[in-house]
Amino acid sequence: MPGAIIGVPKETAAAERRVAATPESVKKLKDRGLTIRVERGAGVASGISDEAFAAAGAELVDDVWSSPLVIKVRPPSLAEVAKLQPRSLLVSMLQPERHPGLLEAIAERQVDAIALERVPRITRAQKMDVLSSMANLAGYRAVVEASNAYQGFFGPQVTAAGSTPPAKVLVIGAGVAGLAAIGAARALGAQVRAFDTRAAAREQVESLGASFLEVTLKESGEGTGGYAKLMSPEFIAAEMALFRAQAKEVDVIITTALVPGAKAPTLLPRDVIEHLKPGSVIVDMAAEQGGNCELCVPDQVVDFQGVKIIGYTDLTSRMASTASRFFAMNVFHLLGELGPEATTLNLENDVIRPSLLVHQGQKLPPPPPKEPTPQAPKVLPPPADAKPQQRDLRSPTRRAWGTTIGSFAVMAILFVLGRFAPREFLQHSTVFVLACFVGWQVVWSVTPSLHTPLMAVTNAISGIIIVGGLLQIGASMNLGTILGVTAVLFASINIAGGFLVTHRMLKMFRREEPSKSSSHGGHR
Amino acid sequence: MNGLMIVAYLAAGVLFIRSLGGLSKQETAQQGNTYGVAGMTIAILVAAAVWFLRETNFLTGDTALKFPITLGLLIGAMAVGGLIGGTLARRVEMTGMPELVAILHSFVGLAAVLVGVSSYLQPFGVKQTVPLEHTVHLIEVWVGVAVGAITFTGSIVAWAKLKGTIGGKPLLLPGRHLFNLMIALAIVGLAVPFIQVSESAEGLVYLLAMTAVACVLGVHLVMAIGGADMPVVVSLLNSYSGWAAAAAGFMLANDLLIVTGALVGASGTILSIIMCRAMNRSILNVVFGGFGTGDSKPSGAAPQIVGEVREIKTDELATRLREAKNVVIVPGYGMAVSRAQGAVKELTTTLRERGVTVRFAIHPVAGRLPGHMNVLLAESGVPYDIVMEMEHINPDFPSTDVVLVIGANDIVNPGALNDPTSSIYGMPVLEVWKSKMPVVLKRGMAAGYAGVENPLFYIDNTRMLFGDARKSIEALVTAVRS
Repeated sequence: MPGAIIGVPKETAAAERRVAATPESVKKLKDRGLTIRVERGAGVASGISDEAFAAAGAELVDDVWSSPLVIKVRPPSLAEVAKLQPRSLLVSMLQPERHPGLLEAIAERQVDAIALERVPRITRAQKMDVLSSMANLAGYRAVVEASNAYQGFFGPQVTAAGSTPPAKVLVIGAGVAGLAAIGAARALGAQVRAFDTRAAAREQVESLGASFLEVTLKESGEGTGGYAKLMSPEFIAAEMALFRAQAKEVDVIITTALVPGAKAPTLLPRDVIEHLKPGSVIVDMAAEQGGNCELCVPDQVVDFQGVKIIGYTDLTSRMASTASRFFAMNVFHLLGELGPEATTLNLENDVIRPSLLVHQGQKLPPPPPKEPTPQAPKVLPPPADAKPQQRDLRSPTRRAWGTTIGSFAVMAILFVLGRFAPREFLQHSTVFVLACFVGWQVVWSVTPSLHTPLMAVTNAISGIIIVGGLLQIGASMNLGTILGVTAVLFASINIAGGFLVTHRMLKMFRREEPSKSSSHGGHR
Repeated sequence: MNGLMIVAYLAAGVLFIRSLGGLSKQETAQQGNTYGVAGMTIAILVAAAVWFLRETNFLTGDTALKFPITLGLLIGAMAVGGLIGGTLARRVEMTGMPELVAILHSFVGLAAVLVGVSSYLQPFGVKQTVPLEHTVHLIEVWVGVAVGAITFTGSIVAWAKLKGTIGGKPLLLPGRHLFNLMIALAIVGLAVPFIQVSESAEGLVYLLAMTAVACVLGVHLVMAIGGADMPVVVSLLNSYSGWAAAAAGFMLANDLLIVTGALVGASGTILSIIMCRAMNRSILNVVFGGFGTGDSKPSGAAPQIVGEVREIKTDELATRLREAKNVVIVPGYGMAVSRAQGAVKELTTTLRERGVTVRFAIHPVAGRLPGHMNVLLAESGVPYDIVMEMEHINPDFPSTDVVLVIGANDIVNPGALNDPTSSIYGMPVLEVWKSKMPVVLKRGMAAGYAGVENPLFYIDNTRMLFGDARKSIEALVTAVRS
């Protein structure tokens, strides 16, 4: 069965420049055996020509809405919904909270719809998470817009004509967007501080080189899915006091606080803004969801007593080329959850189920909340300075006993030998003991990487017992001679086998290939 | 002639010492092997000359007729032995080196037994007239045969275990320590009547009885040792084979045998010590232990580790590898089992061509033989100067981007450092968890050879790549190249 036909329309929302597929994702989808139809001009705003799509293997058409699978960035308009085929599948952002009637229209059209913004924030679905990938871009762009509006340097400057301190940037909300903003502002040289109600954010904030602000009141703002929850009035009062104090100091504020499915919390009321110096800049990244800043107007730059309040809602579209690339890859990965032909809607799938909002002409209720899986206890690595606790062979008492007993034993053996043993045996013993010491010294210097060849070569030289066997061969064919011959046979196996296999092994050990090392020049 | 013989033996002994000394560096290793061959050639030629002169001196009538037969037998035995040895050496696969080494140990043990019995039957070069010297000679024979027999059967069992003919599980008889002790007493006890009897036929009975008992001891000792301890066992048998040769030297009053035996014995002992240190075990614990079988475990079962393992896919890992500056590969015996060396070499070359620094980290007990991993890597063409020992690479892990753990488990177990209940607690390990991302290639979730659960898998920055090692790495090579 051939794979699904995927339609990629041109985005029609105002100021939207992204597109849900790129030549890169088209190629990957084609590799999976799927057919892709792209509306003419769909990628132009993202800098992707029709030719580039065609070269990647897409069909360029005028009507993509008749495709059984439509992928899209922004929620479709009602007019667009009317163009969808019954029993087709729509994969797009849907944001039903802000588009009343959209789901009903889709359901009436007998179209299944997956909302990209509802992809759960689980590890497996990270690569399909458009909210994260877009927030990352937006966070960066917010800093770029802020620096554009700000009339000073972000980094500290020392020049002959005077010096300026670094700009002080406050980032409120250290989610994906906030962290991206912190990183970008730090990279420009600004002094960054960040606030988040979730204690878990501290480590991430500090790892980016920003300082983490805290209110004196203790309350955990850890919500589900990586968002913060709404806080108590006492906490909000303490928070406002903090922002008021910060407002007197900072030059730039970037707010990123969102609550899923609800209006963004107001964090910067008029009285806080009044504390800012003229020339300061606020970027309200929540402008589309009602704004964190009381005076923010979506898609506009408001000047309030010299403070510029930027409320752009198209921060990601301002980086359309990169944004489309990331978005398209997110969509590509999500389509991977739809089976090999991208046609299967598995309601057991933990990515698909929560994001599937309309199915078989019905609005799907949200999935029952899963039994919270008991948080597996974290396994921590040993401390960095942990050392193996070797058996204590060097304990002083043990050593003392060992030395004492050992020397008595040696003295006793030497005495017995010297007193009773025949002279010839003593001579042999002398040779034996000295040879042991020589062997001990020599073998310790063998490099561990040659221990296997060492064993093979000792195999070979212990074949020296051939000399013993040889000398036992008498003139008469008695048992002794036969045993001697047999010993010679086995010892010969050892000698030949041991030396040959050692030779074979040692031949394998090579340094860099000569062609390589010559290019290294001075390298020996 | 006697003086010349002694000088020649001295020369051979020196050449053997230089042979071992040559192995201290890769550059001189081949030379060392040549020294060994030279020493052996001198020793055999001189011994043959001495033997020839001795035999031809008494050539009269009957024996004169038989001499060509014995000469033919000698040459035949050497030729056949050489042929067998040469074939073994040419045919053996590097993964099969442990088996070859073990079986060669057993031949030395067997030869020592044969020489010992033969020396008892016709004691050339021993002054029978002096009673004390005679007794000493008998004791020498006794010791030589006993050590030889234990080496012989022990090595055979080790060989069978390495080959897989016998399972790797230790065989633990009830009261096995008592059993060992009784056999040891029997070996010593049988010596008393052996020395006292005057008839060699009667003495031979005692000698053979003792040989049989010692053979049983050899089998039992090695049967009781678990698979993970094989490197120690093989090293230990290596030293036994040396001591057997040295004992043969004593009974034949041959200094060259004594020197060579002592060299080999010392070498095996050192290898055993290195292995034991690398496992934080005492040699007695290995020889008489029975590791990981319940009775050597600390009281209170180790806490079952619960946690989440994080999987990584080939594509993502390939990206991480391409972006990495430093990559370390930790190979274990599992790499040899799945024959992934070739693919690993490919991966190494591919990454190095892209400017990634790739090195290998070798734990002393990785593989089934000391230095086994080095040989396997060398065979697949990995240059030896990027293959590092544990002490040298451990400080570098914090600056390593990706560590690939291939078919290794216990040697990267962090529990060895911080979990006193772990049965490998105290063993020095490769501290891969200090790197930015350790990736463990594993067929599935199973404990390692020592039966120890590995906390490494659950640590935050660890990723698991499940599947057959060779297939995984081949896929990685393709992904890195694309």
